[in-house]
Amino acid sequence: MDLTQLLTNQLPTLVAVILGVPAVLVGYIVAFEFAVRQLPPQHQPRVRPWIWVGPALVFVSVFLVYPAVDTIRISLENRQGNWVGLANYQQILSGFPTGGAWIAIRDNLYWLVLYTGFVLLFGMLFAVLADRVPYETPVKSLIFMPMAISFVALGVIWKFMYSYQSPGLPQTGTLNFVVTSLFHQPPITWLQDERVNNLALITAAVWGQVGFAMVILSAALKGIPGELLEAARVDGAGELTIFRRVIFPLMMPTITVVGTTLVIFALKAFDVVYVMTFGNYNTEVLANLAYKELFTFSNAGVSGAVAVLLLLTVIPVLIFNLRQFRAVEARR
Amino acid sequence: MASVTYDHVVKRYTSDVTVVKDFNVEIADKEFMVLVGPSGCGKSTALRMLAGLETISEGKIRIGDRVVNDIAAKDRDIAMVFQSYALYPHMSVYDNMAFPLQMKRMPKAEIDKRVNNASRILGLDNFLKRKPRALSGGQRQRVALGRAIVRDPQVFLLDEPLSNLDAKLRGQTRIELQKLHHDLETTFIYVTHDQVEAMTMGDRIAIMNAGILQQVGTPDDIYDHPANLFVAGFIGTPTMNFVPVTMSDGSAKASGFDVKLPQHVPSEKGTLGFRPEAVTDRPSEFATLEMNVEVVERLGSDQFLYGSVGGDQVTARVDPRMKVAPGDQVRLGLDSRGLHLFDAQSESAFF
Repeated sequence: MDLTQLLTNQLPTLVAVILGVPAVLVGYIVAFEFAVRQLPPQHQPRVRPWIWVGPALVFVSVFLVYPAVDTIRISLENRQGNWVGLANYQQILSGFPTGGAWIAIRDNLYWLVLYTGFVLLFGMLFAVLADRVPYETPVKSLIFMPMAISFVALGVIWKFMYSYQSPGLPQTGTLNFVVTSLFHQPPITWLQDERVNNLALITAAVWGQVGFAMVILSAALKGIPGELLEAARVDGAGELTIFRRVIFPLMMPTITVVGTTLVIFALKAFDVVYVMTFGNYNTEVLANLAYKELFTFSNAGVSGAVAVLLLLTVIPVLIFNLRQFRAVEARR
Repeated sequence: MASVTYDHVVKRYTSDVTVVKDFNVEIADKEFMVLVGPSGCGKSTALRMLAGLETISEGKIRIGDRVVNDIAAKDRDIAMVFQSYALYPHMSVYDNMAFPLQMKRMPKAEIDKRVNNASRILGLDNFLKRKPRALSGGQRQRVALGRAIVRDPQVFLLDEPLSNLDAKLRGQTRIELQKLHHDLETTFIYVTHDQVEAMTMGDRIAIMNAGILQQVGTPDDIYDHPANLFVAGFIGTPTMNFVPVTMSDGSAKASGFDVKLPQHVPSEKGTLGFRPEAVTDRPSEFATLEMNVEVVERLGSDQFLYGSVGGDQVTARVDPRMKVAPGDQVRLGLDSRGLHLFDAQSESAFF
């Protein structure tokens, strides 16, 4: 299909979108504003806000609330769409410690602790160290660069890093090359060996996200006035004490917001696992499990139950994050 | 309590950016020394080198007998009050003041005693639990002072501590600071760009310009005997009048008048300086100034006339009861004691 054809065929749609959408919006506002003006004046202020939040409410309901409620409904049904009560939940929560979804729950906990911890730790480290060197911008750009890579591409890159060849063959994976030629050890099956594979996946994800934490923490660090640190120095504090007593407490609100955001990322972990191991060798996570149950095993009920479980764990973190964010805003 | 000595101190950022050049000052124990100069003159850098916040490129700085060049800021036993106050926003007023003492690992009881003592002196008793955010500018300023006082340091450094206060509070705090200096009996080094603060507070003043120390002396000394053109112009409001003159036969000739010089001067061209108050209401036997008045400023206690004498702009302070209007021509005189003469080339003072 060439361009002319495309234009003639799609022209009506194009016109409808460019002219129609704004027209509908303006029409909506004009019509309802007109309707509101017909009301007695004392009622107008109470009704008017709802007209303006109305479209947003509709969109949120259709695209967020309805799917969530429907997922809960599906999670209470079996493959054939019959009501089975909490059977799906029973299935994913039985067989502790290795049955059901327990491996995924355990691995998500690894992610929660290690991924969040490492990203915060390295983000903080890079922010503080980069702040003290003259070539700060190139260093930070380098560390931030992986943020531009999609998690799928990131997974592929790290698969190369972890690539394994039988002992004796040339090692094409960077890590196994180091292991064999530098340390003279047998190569490691990074993604299959259950002692290291979760850590290997988390490392890849940390590499991809550390720039995000660094940039935000670095901004918070730069927000601390230099005179404050000088005052602490004159007051007799050493550099470590200054970090502990002045810099860290002042960055705490930012660290909390970044931390909780990372916790949500960790709970939602999916792409890296999907690309690198597809959850095999006990590297399963909840999001990947939900995907697998739905698309591989066509088991919508169990998948829904996993999704609801994930939702229930994310909600408290989300609420905490919002509260924290509001507290930071209120302090300004 | 200690003296401070700057011994040929130089601060250089790059080979061609030198912000403090060959700085030599001896500050006596318990003295109130003011470093003053226009912004960018190197006065803050000189102070920050003493505090240990800037490295010293050349020369030595001594606190007492100890050379402090290689001693970290935290070990110099000095206290500093910053222009922005630099209070720790996450700590209460009490903790802000206790912080330097905690750094010294002082026992809790002693910290408590000192903080309470300082807060009583500064009138901060009721605010000890508050965060700096909940304080007014003047209160914050006092917390910053308190944090310095509690340490009982050898030297007190103040970097433009009043510039963030409004005019009324500034005047009040100026007096409080002098009282504090008297009570604490500690060496104070105070940096400001405000010549009024310098004149009113300093035991001695060190005037800097473009990284070079211009003159050190008591306020009276500097006002009455400025060492060069810059010092003469910097101190005093309204500023000193400067008139280019040529010298011959023991007198100086300006475009509108001439004066007899009290002493021989080995130069032909120069700048004659006299403060507005050295202008007398009527012609003196010494000189006659025919002034075309352009602007009249009546301040109640004073009356300032701005106008031209010959081809030169002159400001005169005259009796407030004298009736003058813009456009008038008045005949004024000069007081011989208020006369300064500067070399045209080197700008340094002959007298």
